[in-house]
Amino acid sequence: MTKLVFKQPESIKPDYNFNFCPGCDHGVAVRLVAEVLDDLGVREKTLMAASVGCSVFGYDYFNVDVVESPHGRAPAVATGMKRANHDHVVFTYQGDGDAASIGFTELIHSAVRGERITVICINNTNFGMTGGQAGPTTIPGQKTTTTPYGKDIHEIGFPVKIAEMVALCEGAAYVARGAMDSPAAIRNAKKLVRRAFEVQIEDLGFGFVELLSACPTNWHRDPIESHHWVKKVLYPVFPQGVLKNITAE
Amino acid sequence: MGEKVLMKGNEALAEAAIRAGCRFYAGYPITPQSEVSEYMSRRMPQVHGVFIPAESEIAAINMVLGAAGTGALAMTSSSSCAISLKQETLSYMISQEVPCLIANVSRGGPGLGSISPSQGDYFQATRTGANGDVRLLVFGPSTIQEMVDLVHDAFVLGQKYRTPVTILSDGMIGQMAEPVEFKHNAIELEHDKGWNLTGAKNRKPRRLSSIHLKEGELEQHVLHLFEKFEKIRADEVRYEALYLEDAELVVMAFGSCARITKTAIKEARREGYKVGLIRPITLWPFPAKIVNQVSKRCKKFLCIEMNMGQMYEDIKMDIESDARLDFYGRPGGAIPTPEEILERIKQSMRELTSV
Repeated sequence: MTKLVFKQPESIKPDYNFNFCPGCDHGVAVRLVAEVLDDLGVREKTLMAASVGCSVFGYDYFNVDVVESPHGRAPAVATGMKRANHDHVVFTYQGDGDAASIGFTELIHSAVRGERITVICINNTNFGMTGGQAGPTTIPGQKTTTTPYGKDIHEIGFPVKIAEMVALCEGAAYVARGAMDSPAAIRNAKKLVRRAFEVQIEDLGFGFVELLSACPTNWHRDPIESHHWVKKVLYPVFPQGVLKNITAE
Repeated sequence: MGEKVLMKGNEALAEAAIRAGCRFYAGYPITPQSEVSEYMSRRMPQVHGVFIPAESEIAAINMVLGAAGTGALAMTSSSSCAISLKQETLSYMISQEVPCLIANVSRGGPGLGSISPSQGDYFQATRTGANGDVRLLVFGPSTIQEMVDLVHDAFVLGQKYRTPVTILSDGMIGQMAEPVEFKHNAIELEHDKGWNLTGAKNRKPRRLSSIHLKEGELEQHVLHLFEKFEKIRADEVRYEALYLEDAELVVMAFGSCARITKTAIKEARREGYKVGLIRPITLWPFPAKIVNQVSKRCKKFLCIEMNMGQMYEDIKMDIESDARLDFYGRPGGAIPTPEEILERIKQSMRELTSV
């Protein structure tokens, strides 16, 4: 008698070929979302609005129906999908550049309306796909290709606290921030992702999870050092936890 | 059915969409099209449809992309400067082959312009501001009844060719009231058309995509799109022709401007002038063939537009003879009177005989 202890989630395409950089946490996040879709048994009725950035590859990996959205507009596209299909599970998978810069309006208004959708936002503090430019979440002093002297808050301002801002929206039922820099953090992140889908399925409101992610290529650090940097430098700037959790009662 | 009701253009447009089976509308307020949204906000709940007052023009068309991508008959409406904001997603939808209706109740431009009727968006509609190699089916109704009929056809053709369709109305057609009759039944839609997103149950997942990075892939995709556009060009041209048999001067006008032009032409005929009319109903595909043919037997064309000469360029391209092309235009939301147009017709005729 054999016992299955580990398998590829059904919600990841069988012929997938990850093309994320070594040490990037996108691969982990994609797997967590896929595991949650499997665990909830909703893969066959899940629709995804893909985004622009490194997150764009989501449509190559998730074994679900996908529509590509213009940069930042995934929450609006997801709104249309969900409103026309109440019985389906609809989610977006976006980066911080997509969700908190060009698409911040769509993100916030979807949360305000309480759209029954789930937004997974990967925060790696830069525009990764285009080569590591400063993004909305770039932290003070951080060097990027467009902040070569370090981000000057007097010139460029402060990092957007995405989860905190989404949590202010009354339509948001669940808002959390996690990380993926250790096995414990990853296990916790899966719980957050699961709840962000549950509030949609339970018709409670908008679900949002921000996940701090390493970007070794653009941070010019090796994968281990990058994950240490997440813990040492990003943790204090972006506090983790469940910011909001509305339950059926 | 069969009953005439007096309706404002914008409201008739919205009602026609609902009767065609449209159950998803997202929009953002802008004069002179806001009545479309207002009407939808009342009617959609009555037919179990979706009305969303979007946070922006951009969000509105992206909501339409989402809904239409799952197979719903979906539409948005807007005007001129705000149609500009929708161009990125329009390009995506053309490439992804997601049908929808975009109603442009145009106003004066450039910029914020004015709220008066204008035809300054002929280029914006027929060429679009969408990036890449695209074509867009555009109807230019000149009466509310015609617009109501075209709304139905726009949804039918959108589904047939899997492509967005625009109705280019303006502040005149949108704001005036006329008796209309809703003649069409709702369009019957299949739940699964073979391309729409319904959930990957017992089949491979579907992807509505506009990105093609592998070498040669995008070229093949664009060639595929253009096979479709060529079929539209061959099969879907519509125009109205009047008095072409003996016309020495052929006047061309579209939309609201054609209404006024028609009055002037009828008066000119009464006065004995051999004047005809070609009124394009599809602005793209442009009725090139009839212009080709007529140019071989008429002496001259006169293009009348409420802009500085946009359709003018399409006519110019399609004249296959020495026939001259005159132009009379009023830009910036100015509306010509029938007398003004009649005078311009007479001037073109005088120049014809004096040559």
